[in-house]
Amino acid sequence: MTVTADADLRPRVAIPVFPGSNDDRDAELALRRVGADPVRVWHDEPSLPPRTAAVVLPGGFSYGDYLRCGAIARFSPLMRAVAAFADAGGLVLGICNGFQILTEARLLPGTLRPNASLSFVCRDVALRVERTDTALTSRCPSGGKVTIPVKHGEGCWFANDELLAELEAHEQVLLRYEPGENPNGAVADVAGVANRDGNVFGLMPHPEHAVDPLLGSTDGALLLGSLVDAARLSIAALV
Amino acid sequence: MKARVLVRPRAGILDPQGQAVESSLRQLGFAVDEARVGRLVDLELATDDAAEAHAQLERMCEQLLANPLIETYEVALLEES
Repeated sequence: MTVTADADLRPRVAIPVFPGSNDDRDAELALRRVGADPVRVWHDEPSLPPRTAAVVLPGGFSYGDYLRCGAIARFSPLMRAVAAFADAGGLVLGICNGFQILTEARLLPGTLRPNASLSFVCRDVALRVERTDTALTSRCPSGGKVTIPVKHGEGCWFANDELLAELEAHEQVLLRYEPGENPNGAVADVAGVANRDGNVFGLMPHPEHAVDPLLGSTDGALLLGSLVDAARLSIAALV
Repeated sequence: MKARVLVRPRAGILDPQGQAVESSLRQLGFAVDEARVGRLVDLELATDDAAEAHAQLERMCEQLLANPLIETYEVALLEES
């Protein structure tokens, strides 16, 4: 059965806000621009808003990055609802600190460590899109490159050889830094990964900061737009 | 019952924090071959049962205090002074 979605339908995207989140408003603005109905939700809410079609965990420094980045946020009441949503096949994207939270919650493989340089990096990076058949990358040009900014001190994605081989075998690496562009020492130049089922995604670059030509690249809209397309289809499938 | 948890970066894992400490110590004139930086957590547990305390500490490390992918941990019960 082919599911078609009304292009005017704005799927609701929940944006959990933790103490120390700081990219939630940019995420809200960017998601609205690409056709979503974004709703910011405080972390101590026990459940996601009705009709949530996707969740975007924003960047920032949840709980002051205490212990390890993302380690405390995963115990928020709202994160239990997000985990249940993901387990049921719901679309979840974590950006930067959101990615760190998803790895700490063990919803995504690997972990994010301090940058090899020990320096905070803040600049545009060129990325290679490894797959365009996923809910996060469907709008990207096939085999294409996108340019999206990073800004983080702890974005060095790490997996041991065994885990990396497993992820490569299942094509779970969706985004890689182009040769010479790796800003943090990430293993195998990994910038973004998906879970095995293909409904949970995480990336260090910030697509929500790359949606306006006034600020440079608009490639972030390709990723967020893909997610919103998939969210719209998931609602259409329920109707 | 007092307990102490030591969390260390796994052997072979790049420890940029340790490297920065190592190079700073060298700049101070100390002959240091390697420094690795971990984390220490002192705890005051409600239980007085050593076996129960050990079991709890193991679970704490697995669930929160350490990230098993990149860190190892050691737990110890401290004698009451």
